[in-house]
Amino acid sequence: MEELLREYLPILVFLVVAAGLGIVLILAAVVLAVRNPDPEKVSAYECGFNAFDDARMKFDVRFYLVSILFIIFDLEIAFLFPWAVGFKDMSDVGFWSMMVFLGVLTIGFAYEWKKGALEWQ
Amino acid sequence: MIQADLYIILPEIVLALYAMAALLGAVYTTKDGMGPVLVWTTAALMAVLAIWIATQDSGTRVAFGGMFVDDAFARFAKVAILLSAGAVLLMSQDYMARRGLLRFEYPLLVALAAVGMMMMVSAGDLMSLYMGLELQSLALYVVASLRRDSAKSTEAGLKYFVLGALSSGLLLYGASLVYGYTGTTLFSGILVSAHHGEVSLGLLFGLIFLISGLAFKVSAVPFHMWTPDVYEGSPTPITAFFATAPKVAAMGLFARLMFDAFGNAVSDWQQVLVVLSVLSMFLGAVAAIGQRNIKRLMAFSSIAHMGYALIGLAAGTQAGVQAMLIYLAIYVTMNVGTFAFILMMERDGQPVVDIDALRQYSRRDPGKALAVLILMFSLAGVPPMLGFFAKLGVWQAGIDAGLMGLVVASAIASVIGAFYYLRIVFYMYFGAENEEPIETRSSPVLWAALMGSAAMMLVGLFYQFGVEGAAAAAAATLVN
Repeated sequence: MEELLREYLPILVFLVVAAGLGIVLILAAVVLAVRNPDPEKVSAYECGFNAFDDARMKFDVRFYLVSILFIIFDLEIAFLFPWAVGFKDMSDVGFWSMMVFLGVLTIGFAYEWKKGALEWQ
Repeated sequence: MIQADLYIILPEIVLALYAMAALLGAVYTTKDGMGPVLVWTTAALMAVLAIWIATQDSGTRVAFGGMFVDDAFARFAKVAILLSAGAVLLMSQDYMARRGLLRFEYPLLVALAAVGMMMMVSAGDLMSLYMGLELQSLALYVVASLRRDSAKSTEAGLKYFVLGALSSGLLLYGASLVYGYTGTTLFSGILVSAHHGEVSLGLLFGLIFLISGLAFKVSAVPFHMWTPDVYEGSPTPITAFFATAPKVAAMGLFARLMFDAFGNAVSDWQQVLVVLSVLSMFLGAVAAIGQRNIKRLMAFSSIAHMGYALIGLAAGTQAGVQAMLIYLAIYVTMNVGTFAFILMMERDGQPVVDIDALRQYSRRDPGKALAVLILMFSLAGVPPMLGFFAKLGVWQAGIDAGLMGLVVASAIASVIGAFYYLRIVFYMYFGAENEEPIETRSSPVLWAALMGSAAMMLVGLFYQFGVEGAAAAAAATLVN
């Protein structure tokens, strides 16, 4: 039990540092920053012109579709990266497992391509 | 070594490879034109795999260092899952095709959900548990919202997704606590750490979170709130699917986790399951009384039935698990028949779900009305039908385990619940004439499912199709 918890000590340290740094940065802005507000500064800003519409509008569902498709390949990289780092010590099973994973992903990619999910019309 | 592992999971591999190959095959040819063919091939493959798994007598085998377990318990659940999923697929073809819902992805998503469910009941590790559960859930979220242009169907899909994600979160949090306090994700490792009387508070918290996550999946009260809306909003064949195979898989996973990982700490989880069980039975019995929509009514019915099945699990004994498995097998059979009838209900080509439409139905179609009568009596647990013996089995196990209070509560709930099943029978035979009668359009498959299921409720009294022996063997491998 003790051993197991000790292995996680770096994560705890990381969490404490991350939280501490975040708090310090926010507090520094509150304590040190010069504040001199006027109506122009505190109004909503949109690319140089006045905000003309409500920000809560309907988005085309295709944006969502593209982002979902992107996330799949994003995650693929997240899997591939540690695999590539540990490549030297990899067994055949480890190598082929990733090949199978990439194969399954390719099937999904071929499907979405042929299905027309990548076309914007 | 790896070859032996792969051989053990061969049925799952075959089904997964089939789904991927069919997906590519269909998308590169006629797309949705392949829908009807794929429904039949998927159902046929499921039937073949079910026979293959049922005839395997290979004892207990373990693959991937204990992460995947193939034993009599897993095989029993897998056969039930595959057969019910295949039957529901065949039943759905006519309904889906006439409403333009028979996309070729539908049978393949059901096949992938079945792979996930097979993984769930074979899980020997918290990670393979989660993987199976998510594979199943992701496929189910999509099929729930299959009717994209219907607000109710998309609402059903979204609700199921959001609440399913919440329950997965609870489950994962529980899994992380269990891992933190035992140092392993393997069930066999957790079993050694979690002895009765030595379960630490943190591990207990992990156990409770795991139970909560799984209670979502079996829709046990108080984690049931998604069920009626999802059942109502999804296309009816999908509702039929939700009510059958995933329930078997989730209860199978529940039993596997409780016995394989926490089998030495029965008294720590028994009381939680007793509470879940009592609440489910009473809510399912009382809340369904006000329902006029037969799909919502069946949702509450399934909540109540999961409550009864949980009695067997709460008993924490081999007899209890055996009773639970038999209960699930009978429950699935009854539901396949009942949903075959609900799929037939329509007027002018539009599906009808209002139970008032059934008034005086027996005059128009006495044969089908009689079959529904048998199924309703069986669902209610009226003595000569098989549904009564399912309840009797879990009650017997409950009494033997000293859960007298639970059994008495369950008997009371079952009497309350009988009201709404018998009301349907009353409408069919004695109800006032309805000015808008329903037609029941029946395809041969639906007719066979309805009549076969009703016949099973009577034949099952004399001939058990080997279910009892298989359930006994399954329970023995799980508990010992």
